[in-house]
Amino acid sequence: MTLNEIKTLLDGEVLNLGPGLDALVPCAIASDMISDILMSCREPSLLLTGLTNNQVIRLSDMVDLVGIVFVRSKRPLDDIVEMARERNLPLIVTSKTLYTASGLLYNAGLRSSDI
Amino acid sequence: MGEYWNIKPELEDSVKQHFSAPPEAEVELEFEVPEKDFNTAGRGSSEVKDLLKRLGVDSETLRRIAVASYEAEINLAAHSKGGVMSCMIYDDLIHLRFLDKGPGIEDITQAMIPGYSTADELVREFGFGAGLGLPNIQKNSDALHIQSAKGSSTLLELLIFFSAP
Ligand SMILES: Nc1ncnc2c1ncn2[C@@H]1O[C@H](COP(=O)(O)OP(=O)(O)OP(=O)(O)O)[C@@H](O)[C@H]1O
Ligand SMILES: [Mg+2]
Repeated sequence: MTLNEIKTLLDGEVLNLGPGLDALVPCAIASDMISDILMSCREPSLLLTGLTNNQVIRLSDMVDLVGIVFVRSKRPLDDIVEMARERNLPLIVTSKTLYTASGLLYNAGLRSSDI
Repeated sequence: MGEYWNIKPELEDSVKQHFSAPPEAEVELEFEVPEKDFNTAGRGSSEVKDLLKRLGVDSETLRRIAVASYEAEINLAAHSKGGVMSCMIYDDLIHLRFLDKGPGIEDITQAMIPGYSTADELVREFGFGAGLGLPNIQKNSDALHIQSAKGSSTLLELLIFFSAP
């Protein structure tokens, strides 16, 4: 599945394009707890989260995130989008909840990151 | 005074060797980690990872170092009155040390239990407080040493070998 298909499935809005939306997304993780995300992210993954603070972008320095989807219309502030721009990290925002967004992607065949 | 050790059995000899007669580090870096400053917390770990990447460390080892380092760095900001992160890089391993200004950990064995957390409201707002940081550090390190007591500072140090499987 590509980021572009994910954006369409979630009716999302792109906040930062990064290297573009054609990149293939191998798997995903959904969580609002940082340690939980770090523990589950052993391969390049898409992150779905309700967190919008700077530490969520900082995470992408530690593990390999192919993009972040912010759920329930939570928008990060401009300086946080700027941090993602510096890292070339795609950001998408959707009005769907964490549960719904995850369910839609799972049903479309996007698997969970291996723990 | 509580003390905790966890060493991968197959690396016990190399770890003991390192701690009993630490050689001169090739590179040494130090970062201040202020209390509750989540704007800067994590920068030290980012920089260390960048440097190791330039030095050619493989990506799986890089991930383990970055995750363990970041969790420990955040713990200083989240749970202590601040402290210092030191990074010693050798030919074959990295030694990370986190020394804070208290208030210490009363029961280290309890703190190591997945899910145990005393994180306050502000810390939780940032997405911390799952109680998985210390278990995560242990999982990603080849050796972990914690020394602490109620009312004193906490020392956490870890080793990760570059060539370890
Ligand atoms: N440097 C420290 N000083 C004092 N207490 C600490 C320190 N590091 C950890 N602790 C204590 O150990 C507990 C467990 O730490 P751990 O990192 O596992 O979880 P957490 O920080 O609460 O949540 P998470 O790391 O999942 O965001 C903390 O809640 C805190 O009570
Ligand atoms: Mg922690």
